Amino acid sequence: MSDLEAFREETRSWLEANCPAEMREPVRDEEDIYWGGRRATFKNDAQKAWFEACVAKGYTVPAWPKEYGGAGLSPAEAKVLRQEMTRIKARIPLSSFGIWMLGPALLHFGTEEQKKHFLGQIARGEIRWCQGYSEPGSGSDLVSLQTYGEDKGDHWVVNGQKVWTSYADQADWIFCLVRTDKENKYKGITFMLFDTASEGCSTKPIKLISGNSPFCETFMEDVKVPKSYGEGIPAYVGEINRGWDVAKYLLGHEREMISGADGGNTGTVGSAMSRHVAKGGDELDPVLRAELAMFDVDALAYGAMGEKFLDEIKVGKAHPAQPNMMKYAGTELNKRRHELMMSAGGSRSLEWESEETSGGKPSRNWLRTKANSIEGGTSEVMLNVISKRILDLPGS
Amino acid sequence: MPLYHDEDQAMLADTATSFMAEQGNIKDQLRHWRDRDCPDGFGHGLWKQMAEMGFTGMLVGEDDGGLGMGHVEAGIVLEEIGRNLTPSPFLTSSVLAATALKHGSNDLKGRYLPGLIEGDSVFAVAIDETPKHRPSRITTRAEKSGNGFKLSGSKSFVIQGASADMLVVAARTSGSDEDDDGITLFAVPKDAANMSHDSVRLVDSSMATHTKFDGVELDGDAVIGEVDGGREVLNAMLTAGRIGAAAEGVGVASGAMDITVDYLKQRKQFGKLIGEFQALQHRASHLYSEVEIARAAVIKAQQLLDGGSEKAELMSSVAKAKVAKTAGLAVKEGVQMHGGIGMTDEYDIGLYMKRDRALQEFLGDAYFHANRVAEMSGY
Repeated sequence: MSDLEAFREETRSWLEANCPAEMREPVRDEEDIYWGGRRATFKNDAQKAWFEACVAKGYTVPAWPKEYGGAGLSPAEAKVLRQEMTRIKARIPLSSFGIWMLGPALLHFGTEEQKKHFLGQIARGEIRWCQGYSEPGSGSDLVSLQTYGEDKGDHWVVNGQKVWTSYADQADWIFCLVRTDKENKYKGITFMLFDTASEGCSTKPIKLISGNSPFCETFMEDVKVPKSYGEGIPAYVGEINRGWDVAKYLLGHEREMISGADGGNTGTVGSAMSRHVAKGGDELDPVLRAELAMFDVDALAYGAMGEKFLDEIKVGKAHPAQPNMMKYAGTELNKRRHELMMSAGGSRSLEWESEETSGGKPSRNWLRTKANSIEGGTSEVMLNVISKRILDLPGS
Repeated sequence: MPLYHDEDQAMLADTATSFMAEQGNIKDQLRHWRDRDCPDGFGHGLWKQMAEMGFTGMLVGEDDGGLGMGHVEAGIVLEEIGRNLTPSPFLTSSVLAATALKHGSNDLKGRYLPGLIEGDSVFAVAIDETPKHRPSRITTRAEKSGNGFKLSGSKSFVIQGASADMLVVAARTSGSDEDDDGITLFAVPKDAANMSHDSVRLVDSSMATHTKFDGVELDGDAVIGEVDGGREVLNAMLTAGRIGAAAEGVGVASGAMDITVDYLKQRKQFGKLIGEFQALQHRASHLYSEVEIARAAVIKAQQLLDGGSEKAELMSSVAKAKVAKTAGLAVKEGVQMHGGIGMTDEYDIGLYMKRDRALQEFLGDAYFHANRVAEMSGY
């Protein structure tokens, strides 16, 4: 038996012993997702047991090194774990912007002490992070941001406003882009980390068209951000004034995530929707059926692209701007998916509040997807990047 | 298996790319034969050269004198054929007919495969009977007659039918027109009596025939596979052909996109390179995304087929449909972005548009295959 097969067997029995049956059910509402942090509570014992087992094993961040709270799995082992978790439909034990976004940036740019300090906290779900990138007036055009940190020697005094800070009202810390040099557009931004409970920092939810409110505005009035949290633990990632490099690196990860390049976004809809329609005693309109079939072709092809992309990333074959293409195509596909699901659901899917729709899930999800091609860089920005960096078309 | 070419395949791709660009390019092949009204629609010299390169018998097993390669490898050659619009019997002979002959008797293989491998023979496949691809319905009949069969009926869209040394013909030996069972495949030699070809030149300058079988007498050993049990062989042949056509289509899409993007970087209007205009940049970038996704669908289908996976069937239709839509977009955007000169015969972009149109219809268009995806998915 190869090492990998042995690992698979071992993983199977570990999952069998540690993943409770309740954690193998699809996520139904926000409470089913565990985000960690100082204020977190578990929905039930099963969620707690599953989370704790994963923390102990390093499985909240399986591919991170052991000294930072991970399991130190090789890419091949991490893939086996993912496959085995998918096989039993295991829920993600810990959802976290710390894992998805800040972690990769720290792994790449952080000092050793900084990694030990912050990554461990992230892996154990102790601190919940939010992202402070966009500002009113600088969304996709991030380098125009205005939030300013005035240098006061051992600390900055930060003033400004961030917007679209997802879940900031429930987060403990923020990773935040702050202008520290007004003269230099690109080389005047610092990537700072600070506690949102700091004096002068406040946050307010933004109600969206979906009726839900994962997004917030965050205000900073004379917030004091120290330059260091201890020996070798700077309060910034990378170098002062070079935060744009970190932000760009991180956006690459964010785009992969939003595009669902991990395979989470490649589902077809035709067969499920036709069963759904049939259950209501109706028949699928032939034209709708045709649209569903065309969609499924695109979704299955995009699924193959996601696989190919990940395979190519592993061996460094993917173009560095390829995540932009994945993000563009994936988000446009997802919007189309939900349009079709609304059509197939008919009047039932319009119900904003009913038991049958679990409180308007179809319509709320549909509305939510409209942000897919705006957040993390709009589709138009993705197309700009493809045309400049991949097709090498001239700048205007 | 990772979804990219391994080292050997990458080497083959390098070889195929430079060979087709040098020997199979548009000027020396497509335009050359077209401008001479060549009755074959392709050059036998190039076919012989492709044999010397080892391309012709790629999918033929080693025991039968071939290279025993897979559909990923055949697809590499096909993509370059597509990119250069190279007229060649590769898809029909080396992919479709070779796949059918895998199921043939040793006698049949011995009679036909050496000619294919040497580049001396070309084969055609006769499947379609109506202007749209409907292989579930076969009405051409082969009735038992002595030790053999008597073949009657007609086929259309037989690519290179008049030039072929042998035609693989799908006929009905029992049952009614839409039955799965009762199909038999035959290897019909070029000189069979009572077979007639009505040749037509198609929009892409390839040659096809409407072929009539008016009581063509065939020996029992012309049967490929089992009598009445040909549907499985036919399906295997179609799956291989569709994945192959999809690979060629990706080449057509890439070729059309590349010359268009190059053009955007050269052509000036209103004092600017037109590639500076965001309206065109976004459309070009969208096209790039679609081509990449289509290419991924194709290599996925090829690998599934080579791996003997039962998912190859579904993915063959995904690939064919996705490529049809994508190549269609590539040629339409190509002609539009070229502007007026895109309408001229002198520029190549229009040739891509014509080839794409023919390739879309070959072995089922995007609608046919999307419908199949729905059926295979149970709706």
